[in-house]
Amino acid sequence: MFELLREMLNYPFMARALVAGGLIALCASLLGVSLVLKRYSMIGDGLSHVSFGALAVATALNAAPLQVSIPVVVAAAFLMLRLSENSRIKGDALIALISTGSLAVGIMALSLTRGMNVDVYNFLFGSILAMGRGDVLVSVVLSAVVLVLYALFYSKIFAVTFDECFARATGIKVGAYNLLIALLTAVTVVLGMRLMGALLISSMIIFPALTSMRVFKSYKSVVLSSAALSVICFFVGIVISYAWATPVGASIVVVNILAFLVFFAAGHIKYR
Amino acid sequence: MALITCRDLTLSYDGNVVISQLSFQVNSGDYLCIVGENGSGKSTLLKAILSLKSPDRGEIRFHEGLKQEEIGYLPQQTEAQKDFPANVWEVVLSGCLNSKRLCPCYSKEDRARARANMEKLEIADLARACFRELSGGQQRRVLLARALCAAKRLLLLDEPFAGLDPVITHDLHGIVKELNDEGSTIIMVSHDLSGAIAHASHILHLQKGPLFFGTVSDYLQSSPGMRFLGEA
Ligand SMILES: Nc1ncnc2c1ncn2[C@@H]1O[C@H](COP(=O)(O)OP(=O)(O)O)[C@@H](O)[C@H]1O
Ligand SMILES: [Mg+2]
Repeated sequence: MFELLREMLNYPFMARALVAGGLIALCASLLGVSLVLKRYSMIGDGLSHVSFGALAVATALNAAPLQVSIPVVVAAAFLMLRLSENSRIKGDALIALISTGSLAVGIMALSLTRGMNVDVYNFLFGSILAMGRGDVLVSVVLSAVVLVLYALFYSKIFAVTFDECFARATGIKVGAYNLLIALLTAVTVVLGMRLMGALLISSMIIFPALTSMRVFKSYKSVVLSSAALSVICFFVGIVISYAWATPVGASIVVVNILAFLVFFAAGHIKYR
Repeated sequence: MALITCRDLTLSYDGNVVISQLSFQVNSGDYLCIVGENGSGKSTLLKAILSLKSPDRGEIRFHEGLKQEEIGYLPQQTEAQKDFPANVWEVVLSGCLNSKRLCPCYSKEDRARARANMEKLEIADLARACFRELSGGQQRRVLLARALCAAKRLLLLDEPFAGLDPVITHDLHGIVKELNDEGSTIIMVSHDLSGAIAHASHILHLQKGPLFFGTVSDYLQSSPGMRFLGEA
């Protein structure tokens, strides 16, 4: 086991993926608690598809990937938040429209310029090789910013998530905090997408929160458990992917599924 | 000294007028009780005072520097979801948030305030309990404690006694009265008219339009007051 780990860390790309990915997993799980509880899971999923489109277009145009996709996805996050606030049903459909639409645009852009090649596969399913040296730096800095903002506004985010009406009534700027959540989610999705893949990044957001909620019953314990669970599943997933040469994203999701089943059973036993 | 003035207020949902041309004022230190049949727009009026609902016409104004952050509110119903993981302590403490600008954590005073309010409402022993697993009456008391934490100058209660047992109802009257004596302004929607007569200083009786606004003693003399009291 230790042999395996040492061997893994000898590859610089592996070390980079572990550091950057671990931080992203942490951010994703924290935001996931709010997104799941606010019924915004759709937004996380939609953003990952928009992120795919933006990244694909950037690649087709030979532009810098992160610098192009972060602003685009942040804009999409604001738009989706508006849509889902205004009308639940129509908002849902529109978000689906935007996300599948950008998926299609991205695939068109790639296939017209580069042909349907390994890029498409990597963007959809993630790649451990995705993290260059510069990307790691950007990822670490931005994840740190996400974590700091989340910690600073932890209690306000709780209040806004638990009872938006009361929060608004007592003078908390609900709109601003919803935007903050959307913004942080957008950044996290863009950062995590190339490692996890557009189709799988949203599971990194949703799974840890849902899993923790099977067993834990206070907000704080759910947040802490999600954070720990997400990072652990991430590392286990990467080791599995290395040992059996499976794609990273899918390996991490499978580990998350197993964790969910374990917690589900534990919840049943505990609260029968 | 008016704290809140409401002038010519008209509120509606999708064109259905609920309250039309209502004018009244609440002074600092008043204890206003809003009564009226179901659907007469009491909850809607509270929401308008809290800017949760925008008026079609007219206006509601705060005076004497009253800020939204100084208001405590007990909604009639909460949208808090069924499967939300939160314990009682977290919910009550979140009532203290409105006075914080940027500070990320709760102060000692906040915790003391939350604890004191939980003791007043006899839910101190439930602090670690999961909010969603409480009975309806217990949840109501938790939300009341949260409202008390948030109320620095003004407390708005929408049917606070619904689902509470008589003992707690009696205690709650005392708690609200005590807050009022300490200088907080109270606006309460209630069906407990005898309680309102005993404790409030003003009554607003709604019935598809305002029926009565004035002091309690005047209300007792008025025809809507006598009719409503006869029914109650
Ligand atoms: N969200 C809403 N959408 C449409 N109509 C509403 C809504 N809320 C309340 N109403 C209507 O407004 C009227 C007043 O409601 P409400 O203020 O809750 O009355 P009360 O609190 O006095 O029982 C009712 O006729 C109700 O049907
Ligand atoms: Mg009502």
